[in-house]
Amino acid sequence: MAKIEITDLCKDFSVEGIKTVHAVKHATLTVNDGEVVVIIGPSGSGKSTLLRSVNKLEEPTSGSIRIDGIEVTDPKTDLRKIREEVGMVFQSFNLFPHLSVLDNITLAPRKVLKMDKKEADELGLSLLRRVGLEEKAKNRPTQLSGGQQQRVAIARALAMKPKAMLFDEPTSALDPEMIKEVLDVMLDLAKEGMTMLLVTHEMGFARAAADKIIFMDSGEIIETGSPQEIFTNPKNERTKSFLEHIL
Amino acid sequence: MEKEKLEEEIRTETIRKKVVSVDSAVLAAQKPQTITMTDGPLIPKKGEKHVLSSWRVTFIGAIVLLLGLIIFKPEPYRQIFLICIQGAPVTFQVTVFAIIGAVVIGTFTGLGSVSSHRWINMISGVYVELIRGIPLLVQLIFIYYALGRFLHLEGMVAAIIALSICFGAYMGEIVRAGIQAIPKGQTEAATALGMSKTQTFIHVILPQTVKVVLPAIGNEFISMLKDSSLVSQLALADILRKGREYISRTFLSLETMLIVALIYLILTLVLSRLVGLLEERLHKNNG
Ligand SMILES: Nc1ncnc2c1ncn2[C@@H]1O[C@H](COP(=O)(O)OP(=O)(O)OP(=O)(O)O)[C@@H](O)[C@H]1O
Ligand SMILES: [Mg+2]
Repeated sequence: MAKIEITDLCKDFSVEGIKTVHAVKHATLTVNDGEVVVIIGPSGSGKSTLLRSVNKLEEPTSGSIRIDGIEVTDPKTDLRKIREEVGMVFQSFNLFPHLSVLDNITLAPRKVLKMDKKEADELGLSLLRRVGLEEKAKNRPTQLSGGQQQRVAIARALAMKPKAMLFDEPTSALDPEMIKEVLDVMLDLAKEGMTMLLVTHEMGFARAAADKIIFMDSGEIIETGSPQEIFTNPKNERTKSFLEHIL
Repeated sequence: MEKEKLEEEIRTETIRKKVVSVDSAVLAAQKPQTITMTDGPLIPKKGEKHVLSSWRVTFIGAIVLLLGLIIFKPEPYRQIFLICIQGAPVTFQVTVFAIIGAVVIGTFTGLGSVSSHRWINMISGVYVELIRGIPLLVQLIFIYYALGRFLHLEGMVAAIIALSICFGAYMGEIVRAGIQAIPKGQTEAATALGMSKTQTFIHVILPQTVKVVLPAIGNEFISMLKDSSLVSQLALADILRKGREYISRTFLSLETMLIVALIYLILTLVLSRLVGLLEERLHKNNG
């Protein structure tokens, strides 16, 4: 479906014009078509920043990001096209509170893809069925549990028929008993061959679904490997101590 | 929950113009604790027993006093009342049209102050500073005469425009705070879905801003009703003007002003209750 190539990516933040934070330093990684790549690492290591650079929610300072060969950082590239093709799911769901669950899903297809209402509603309902929430179509997001909200957010992203999906800690804001229902939806997606780049600390999920694990620390990619390699036999000391901490 | 927090933020923001003191240390911490001193009467809502009961006492007291004076001391109070109340249509007209004008101007000003365009940003900033730095009465008279001299506008229209311009700045601050109170995640989610800036604004930000901003606009409405009495300076025959004309004929200054005050008090109390009911309705609809 899609291939994401990140080459020598750097992102600096200037804090109040005095201090510079090097959030991402010379990161290089590839997510092949249909691959699931999981980024792990301590807080502040630049995972979100790296992820958000892919659909240009953050403007990279230097380096290159290619999606199916199209350079995202090229000012001539149509960003809206890129964002249509790369869906994103956030830690805090970010559903639109003033719209019903169904309208949350259909808003972008209708406004961006100019789909007519009937078609969009059908699409929306079929996606809600897929995430097991068809009966909640008319509810407001606030009337849903956290896990349900996140499933709606995934359906909303899928409504744009993306070729790849980004997830930034999709289960970190959830109560433990709701994590599984969200991970199950993500596992299904992975099985269907969706290209996925995600930040998560759900090691069970990473073990089951990831083709590659990337460990980041203080802005750098320290180690890349299969789940098997990273979890059972990490080469780097920092990876080792991080995993000891969280497992 | 989320919505209440937003409204709290907004209230804090808009109240700043009328604030007595804000403890910035507490503000910087987490829960914005503000000493709220709006210049309108407190808006009574269900659940706030003490505000509601003080509203009742004041309202019934004012009505009883007014009726008592008119019925038991018709000489001179009946005549004063009948003359002053003739100014009510002008007061209402000015208030309603000026609040509409202020909302329109305020929307553009608010948009201007969050705009990333430097010049637009600057213009709305300067406008707000100017208006906030000059006494309302001075602005009003100045704009009124300016409009009369250069555009030859009729008194009522000029007064409404002048009041709209004066209140538009405050309204702009309310709108700005409202827009800024919408979490950044909303814009990010819309952007990530491929929506343009304009689409995001129209379909995501604006509808949420309206809800957050409505209570504050209700407050401004009440302020406007009272501050509309300033147009009596501009030779418009509103309630206060009618009263002052009567005084100049009869020299019954205290008696007349008592009636004028009671009329304004009753109108403001009724309006604040209406705004309160409207807000309750709004809350209920939002589940
Ligand atoms: N908008 C910003 N302005 C300034 N600094 C920022 C900004 N966003 C992130 N940073 C800084 O960049 C660094 C990397 O942040 P990032 O959010 O990418 O980390 P993370 O790995 O996602 O952490 P977490 O696990 O806590 O989400 C941090 O030091 C952070 O303080
Ligand atoms: Mg993060």
